[in-house]
Amino acid sequence: MDATAGGRPVMRKRMINLYPTRGTALILAALPFILLLIGYLAASAARLALNPDDKLLPSFASIGAGFARMAFEADPRTGDVLLWVDTAASLARLMAGLAIATVMAGVFGIAIGLVPYMRTTFNGFVAVVAMIPPLAILPILFIIFGLGETSKVALIVIGVAPVVMRDMILRVDEMPRELMVKAQTLGASTWQIALRVVVPQMMPRLIDSVRLSLCSAWLFLIAAEAIASQSGLGYRIFLLRRYLAMDTILPYVAWITLLAFALDYGLRRLQHKAFPWFAQGRT
Amino acid sequence: MTAVSVRNVWKEYDGRIVLEQVSLEVEPHSFIALVGPSGCGKSTFLRMLLSAETPTKGDILVEGERLPGEPTADRGVVFQRYSVFPHLTVLENVVLGKEFAAAPFLGKLFGKAKKQAREEAAEILTAVGLGHSLDLYPSQLSGGMQQRLAIAQALIKRPKILLLDEPFGALDPGIRAEIHVLMLKLWRETKMTVFMVTHDLSEAFHLGTRVIAFDRPRNRPEERDRYGATITHDLAVWPPKYPVSDTHIASGGTTRLLDELEALPGRPGVGH
Repeated sequence: MDATAGGRPVMRKRMINLYPTRGTALILAALPFILLLIGYLAASAARLALNPDDKLLPSFASIGAGFARMAFEADPRTGDVLLWVDTAASLARLMAGLAIATVMAGVFGIAIGLVPYMRTTFNGFVAVVAMIPPLAILPILFIIFGLGETSKVALIVIGVAPVVMRDMILRVDEMPRELMVKAQTLGASTWQIALRVVVPQMMPRLIDSVRLSLCSAWLFLIAAEAIASQSGLGYRIFLLRRYLAMDTILPYVAWITLLAFALDYGLRRLQHKAFPWFAQGRT
Repeated sequence: MTAVSVRNVWKEYDGRIVLEQVSLEVEPHSFIALVGPSGCGKSTFLRMLLSAETPTKGDILVEGERLPGEPTADRGVVFQRYSVFPHLTVLENVVLGKEFAAAPFLGKLFGKAKKQAREEAAEILTAVGLGHSLDLYPSQLSGGMQQRLAIAQALIKRPKILLLDEPFGALDPGIRAEIHVLMLKLWRETKMTVFMVTHDLSEAFHLGTRVIAFDRPRNRPEERDRYGATITHDLAVWPPKYPVSDTHIASGGTTRLLDELEALPGRPGVGH
């Protein structure tokens, strides 16, 4: 029989029906981060106890000092405060690449998804191009565009655009046929259907798609900067690697993660604010 | 006031015959209810009337003219689902039809033209009972309200033919009865010819002036691919709902929408 407490049977819920309270939820969400920190601190302390000059797992104090050096002190060689210069350079490349990729993917994805002749002509082509590993053509980009900004932006565009474009084609395809027929019975031309029906419905989905491809955009950015660059977050961490400067690499990685997270969060907020019907419709 | 003539229409998919020998003469201002078991091709028939599909053989004539090859503004439609645009508010959903006609390039009206179109849309929405929900999104509406919106959206184009594909199938009985009253009223006032697919026989007889039943006369498994469904019953509904009964005109109020529609600018052949 069931266990009893005070004469009443204790109802044991299934695990899938158990929810934490607000406070517990907060603690649980923080727990993995705290565990990671504790693990790091313990390992770092153990290594530093054996060898105070250990560079692999620096203490928080030296990480803080490393971050302060990069974020607040001018570099003696160039006179720049490196973290901000690197951040500005990287974000400029990332934003340019993402903007171009988003516009291209939106325009062509919607056109290919909507117009049968476009689809017949380009669907296979896009599917094949999306399969080219972007990093494999990085050398080609360097040869064509040189080692400047263009090749890095181009790598992000080539890496991100086909994936987002394919997603857009699928999303347009997913729209209920009824809506297309309805628009036609309201007298809409192809152009009007694209402008007033398809594009507005695709905008929030385009944001979703770009959010998902942020990760690969950062990957391409850092890869391009690591190989040939004079500035940028990726350039810096690969440069510092030569000196085993973990006390600077680690805060740089944390900083990159924070930027990526902020970008993702910003896009999510934008979607929520600009397309309130989208979130409502999904519930 | 639109007559529809269906002449020996067949529909096949990959050699599988869905509909065969469908012939039908429909008088102007009829309300045709299409009934039949699932998969008997009544929705296919409706989609052919809409030009969302083309007959394999045969002709469909509207006022003596063959149907164009794609949906047009003179045939409105309400589906069971996905009839309204989720990214537009109630009012915008109805204004859209006006904007398509008036703004070929931008598909959007501004200034005075916009204000006029919004007023006209608001009037129609009030007539279908959505006057207080103009700024809501469809996802915030109940199923019955969404269908009212879909009807209003179709009506602003003043279609000659209105096609309804199980429009009230997902609504609860109370809401359904209310929307039936509305539908009959709109049908009387706008003089549209209506085709409605339904699973509900009482709905068919309640709303229709004529009930058309589709079925497969030959339905053995080995016959299913080679013989399609066709019209098996064609019943005039008694008592006749048309012409408009005097009591309806005398009761007043119910003809208001028609008066409003007639009085609005842009109605062809009236007041010019």
